Amino acid sequence: MADSVNYSIISSEIFLLIALCVIMLVDLFQRDKERKLTFMLTQGSLLTLFIMGVQDLGVQETIGFSGHWIQDQFAVVLKLAIYLTAFISLLYARPFIRERNLMRGEYYLLTLFSILGMMIMVSANSLLVVYLGLELLSLSLYALVALQRDSNDASEAAVKYFVMGGLASGFLLYGISLVYGMTGSILIDEVANYIAVSGANLMIQFGLVFIVVGISFKFGAAPFHMWLPDIYHGSPSSITAYISSVPKIAAFGMAFRVLESSFGGADIHWTPMIMIVAMLSVIVGNIVALIQTNLKRMLSYSAIAHIGYFLLGLSIGTDEAYAASMFYIIVYALMTLAGFGIIIFMSSDKNDYQQISDLRGMGRYHPWYALMFTIIMISMAGIPPLIGFWPKLEIFRLLVINDHVLAAVVAIAFSVVGLVYYLKVVKEMYFTEATDSPNVSNSRSLKIAISVNCLLLVIFGLMPDRIYYYCLSAFTSLN
Amino acid sequence: MQNQLLAIVLLPLLAALFTGFAGSSLPRQWAHRVTILAVGISCLLSINIAVEQILDQAQPLNYNLYTWAQLGGLSLNVGFLIDDLTASMMAVVTFVSLMVHVYTIGYMKDDPGYQRFFAYISLFTFAMLTLVMSNNFLQLFFGWEAVGLVSYLLIGFWYKKPTAIFANLKAFLVNRVGDFGFLLGIAGVYFVFDTLDYAEVFSQIEQGYKDLEIPVSDGLIWSATTFICIGLFIGAMGKSAQVPLHVWLPDSMEGPTPISALIHAATMVTAGVFMVARMSPLFEQSEVALNFILIIGGTTALFMGFLGVIQNDIKRVIAYSTLSQLGYMVVALGASAYSIAIFHLLTHAFFKALLFLGAGSVIIAMHHEQDMRKMGNLKKYMPITYATMLIGSLALIGTPLFSGFYSKDAIIEAVHFSSLAASGYAYACVLIGVFFTALYSFRLFFMVFHTKERMDEHTKSHLKESPAVVWVPLVALAIPSIIAGYFLAPSIVSGEYFDDAIKVASNHDTIAPIVEHYQHPFSLALSSISHLPLWLAIAGVATAFLFVVVKPELNERLRKALGPIVHVLENNYYFDKLYINYFSAGGIGLGKRFWQWIDVAIIDGVMVNGTAKLVTGISVKTRKIQTGYLYHYVFVMVFGLLLLLGWLYWRVLNG
Repeated sequence: MADSVNYSIISSEIFLLIALCVIMLVDLFQRDKERKLTFMLTQGSLLTLFIMGVQDLGVQETIGFSGHWIQDQFAVVLKLAIYLTAFISLLYARPFIRERNLMRGEYYLLTLFSILGMMIMVSANSLLVVYLGLELLSLSLYALVALQRDSNDASEAAVKYFVMGGLASGFLLYGISLVYGMTGSILIDEVANYIAVSGANLMIQFGLVFIVVGISFKFGAAPFHMWLPDIYHGSPSSITAYISSVPKIAAFGMAFRVLESSFGGADIHWTPMIMIVAMLSVIVGNIVALIQTNLKRMLSYSAIAHIGYFLLGLSIGTDEAYAASMFYIIVYALMTLAGFGIIIFMSSDKNDYQQISDLRGMGRYHPWYALMFTIIMISMAGIPPLIGFWPKLEIFRLLVINDHVLAAVVAIAFSVVGLVYYLKVVKEMYFTEATDSPNVSNSRSLKIAISVNCLLLVIFGLMPDRIYYYCLSAFTSLN
Repeated sequence: MQNQLLAIVLLPLLAALFTGFAGSSLPRQWAHRVTILAVGISCLLSINIAVEQILDQAQPLNYNLYTWAQLGGLSLNVGFLIDDLTASMMAVVTFVSLMVHVYTIGYMKDDPGYQRFFAYISLFTFAMLTLVMSNNFLQLFFGWEAVGLVSYLLIGFWYKKPTAIFANLKAFLVNRVGDFGFLLGIAGVYFVFDTLDYAEVFSQIEQGYKDLEIPVSDGLIWSATTFICIGLFIGAMGKSAQVPLHVWLPDSMEGPTPISALIHAATMVTAGVFMVARMSPLFEQSEVALNFILIIGGTTALFMGFLGVIQNDIKRVIAYSTLSQLGYMVVALGASAYSIAIFHLLTHAFFKALLFLGAGSVIIAMHHEQDMRKMGNLKKYMPITYATMLIGSLALIGTPLFSGFYSKDAIIEAVHFSSLAASGYAYACVLIGVFFTALYSFRLFFMVFHTKERMDEHTKSHLKESPAVVWVPLVALAIPSIIAGYFLAPSIVSGEYFDDAIKVASNHDTIAPIVEHYQHPFSLALSSISHLPLWLAIAGVATAFLFVVVKPELNERLRKALGPIVHVLENNYYFDKLYINYFSAGGIGLGKRFWQWIDVAIIDGVMVNGTAKLVTGISVKTRKIQTGYLYHYVFVMVFGLLLLLGWLYWRVLNG
């Protein structure tokens, strides 16, 4: 079966590709400056994909295309999370890009291309296909960041992202080539077989270092995080919201496919590296976030810290821990979207309001949104009963029972440090005297999007089992 | 059945939400119509369930409604455990709550916060019901905190009054101390039993569980069970205001009187007693904890009684009386007479709510004057209040045939038969306490309703009996205050009433010797004439009569003779001084130091300014890297790569 060309397992990807071509053609003949039709078609495709994905839940593991492609519960769950978060991010984006002359068809098309890349990453069953998916994603993202051509910040960010991303891809590819040299295959199953039989020799370990660096870069984990604050800060906020959330889900898929599926047999060689990177991210992210006065930059550093917690889960190396990591990354994507959603919400006229002090007076003038922002901050800080608490708790719990007590203690301590800067935002909204009403968006769709996003954080927090169940199911079916 | 239970809990919540959010836009009547309807239905259903459970001997119900989360082996549930104990509590809570709702219509008639008040008391009813109906520790804790929250809100209901704000803050902080112990206790339960579910904990105890030992130091080893019990009991001490965590309760009288009746006398403060009774199988495992409970309870019962004698504020007298009666209940718990503790809890709920509401009625008539020295001879103006207050006082001091008589006498007997080390002390305390209970109760009674009229002319001209919404609840509470004991005593004492809800180890069974007497409540009342407590009570009443009515001038002379003691009492044994001047001030001082050392020096100095410096230091360095130059970024990245390669190299070298 593994050799067969089985179109049923790539039906979603084929659908998206066709939809892309159609949307591209339709967009060519659009006179409407607002590109309403393009937007509707894009969201429609995402919805269709979501429905297709839901029907695939509980699917049997199927491998096809000479072993290069895999369809399993893991891929399905991740793809669903990708569609959902991408959908929300586009809702956020529309009012924002309207004000900034970004309302071009390319915005949607590039987003869809990047989604296609992500789908390929999570469903890949060979190192080469993983890489192709990654490049499709990255190239689309570079272009997205550069989309605001009249902005110096954005152009600078795009160039940096491009160069750094190129370097990271080079590392990853070099690592893969070393592995290929030793094992003679790029198929994940065969690499795994080789390792099961012959173990990981020095050359493979050497290659693994490069692969870990490449993956850590994609997550923006310290010390490979240098690009991240600049790019998040420099990009238009709606694009920041997108690139900081959705691609991380796919990156998790990639990390799992490459590290666990291929090198699961040699996990003593790579889990300590991930642990080091994770601890560094937790420490650097939290400490540097502490002194930021710019909300966007603070969220960038907080994103580094979150990635640190998430990687801690990855470094444990049990199925339960992978499920917890997956839970974390999905929750992270939802929270981050909401977090950058605040910035979009605050700056939807021509000016940007990104300072934490710009939030002054929210509690008094816009109590509902102040409440929503508070929910986001508290959820990010990981306080029950909001959703941010559960995956964190699960990861700490697994760290402790798997004898990484020290790591757990440090992570918890820094999680307390994190509380400081999250609560600073809350304090600014409620307790600092404001002279006049802060600027907020008056776009109805944005108001609805941010309210729904925040309420999701609360509702999922009250029933965390539902998401976690799917995460666990992704790994039980793998065995 | 499940729907009934859900309705009991959720109706008050819905009513509270409705009144809280929509109440201010509707006419005032809707606030009380909606909440009274909800609590009324709740009350009827609760009584129905109590009848099924207790009279019809229905099977206890235990089921989970909803699983909040499943974490490893721990599942966090929301569920109900309904047995005789729970059903009795539910009936009492909803009944007293209903009475207080009705009463509030009259008491808060002109208050601008009318709707808010109804929203709060309905919310309280919901919180208290979740607490008593819970089948696991997590939900218990939720209810525990929720009643604490509402209590906080209600003590500070008149938020413009500085004393009220001080009082609610105090209540909140003192309860925090208790809750800390409580939380430790719950953590201990999870540590030992690996579950938070009552039923599982109890079945593990029954099947013989393995007690863990906690090595504190080389020589000292704690039993985990003792640790759990004492932790949980510290929680109970906070909520049920036991010495030394009692200081918040007298101050809580700053809140409106209906609240004092509902929360700070009849229901919330008894939550601690209820919790210990609920956990009876657990507490039976630790004699250390039981001794601890006896000492705390005995001390509270006696020493808070002393304080009641010297108060002049009508509500404060009753507040200290509540403290003292809570002490009685706790003593019963310590003597393993859990069912008697709950018995006293039930009767006390009726007569103490009655006393508070009666005091409230007096306060309304007196135009919110609470000082008893400015009252007198109200009998003439308020006959119904007078009669009901008399019933309440008689019940409180344990007059034969009244409800308080049976429960209090049973406590004294049970302690008498207890063989624990601290039982002698506790027995002395509760016995002497009887005299003082009678003394302060009738001192209040005589000062308010007899003696000369000491109020000013203006007040006197307006004195009249309170409206029906006020006196009807008084009458409704007076009835169970008289008869509840008589009818409940035989089955509660014999253990029939609570069946399996309460478990007592056979060597702790202090009730067995008295079961026989309690089968004939009437002859028991007659034979009490030959027992010491009755004579102590009579002596108390006589003393009160002497000092208040016959020769008030003796008062002053005695006060002078006992100068230093009075001084100690007037200062509440210096607890407040100790807490405020030493603990709080120490805390603030420590906080200041920490602020100077840690905040200013370490956080501001080192971490923020230092991080700012360090990060401006690093940041000057990082920002040198971070501001712009790509090759710096690449350098850091390559450096990271080399770091990991170096680590690999080191690992290979070390095998």
